[in-house]
Amino acid sequence: MVEWTDFERATIADIFSKMEYEVIGPAALSRCLVVYPWTQRYFGNFGNLYNAAAIIGNPMVAKHGTTILHGLDRAVKNMDNIKSEYAELSVLHSEKLHVDPDNFKLLSDCLTIVVSAKLGKEFNGEVQAAFQKFLAVVVTSLGRQYH
Amino acid sequence: MSLTAKDKDVVKALWAKISKSADAIGAEALSRMLSVYPQTKTYFSHWPDLSPGSASVKAHGKRVMGGVALGVSKIDDLTNGLLDLSEQHAFQLRVDPANFKILSHCILVVIATMFAKEFTPEAHVALDKFLVALSLALAEKYR
Repeated sequence: MVEWTDFERATIADIFSKMEYEVIGPAALSRCLVVYPWTQRYFGNFGNLYNAAAIIGNPMVAKHGTTILHGLDRAVKNMDNIKSEYAELSVLHSEKLHVDPDNFKLLSDCLTIVVSAKLGKEFNGEVQAAFQKFLAVVVTSLGRQYH
Repeated sequence: MSLTAKDKDVVKALWAKISKSADAIGAEALSRMLSVYPQTKTYFSHWPDLSPGSASVKAHGKRVMGGVALGVSKIDDLTNGLLDLSEQHAFQLRVDPANFKILSHCILVVIATMFAKEFTPEAHVALDKFLVALSLALAEKYR
């Protein structure tokens, strides 16, 4: 069981309550595809990913980025049971999507950077620690059902 | 994943914009590293004050960014350019190289908070590659 402090719970709730999913999601996913180009292997049917401009302007990337970010809502709403919340999604990513779980860390690093750019000074060390701890739990849970 | 000519240009252009704030970036990145990754504090048990904004943290952040600046100036041959620093880290400091990745990540986050507009995805990938190359050069003499 993950122990959350009051500060951590409040910080996560606060960040996600103000989250512009349609901006942050696409920004995080497109950044991941640009910064770690090998992650494009999972998006062969997304059309034009030939350069950064194409990736950033790609509507399928944008849509999927939003979807992924909303996927985090389940963890935000149930921080004490993230592992069981994501059991099904973990199976999906392993059995059907065949995503190397190392990629979850890459995307979560990009999400951290995008959120930090949005929040600026407000994203101080303690906030960063809470946010990264939250994402680390999500990442571990998503990799949990792989075998 | 070596640095292309384009990567080097992008890094130099970004550095030109952010280098004035190098000391602040270094202090902030180091502070964050110590609080977000508490295991890194083990390397600084000799400091009187490990809190964010302390004199030790500020001074050391400045020194670290001096190393980054050196890397930018020697970007065409990081291995040879950073030989002295590598020897220092290998034989005296003996910092586990896994920590280079941690500090690099904190540097990127701080640059994102301070220079959101300039830190585009293209700038991000070039700087990330550069910091990886810098870390490798720093670890050159380890074994």
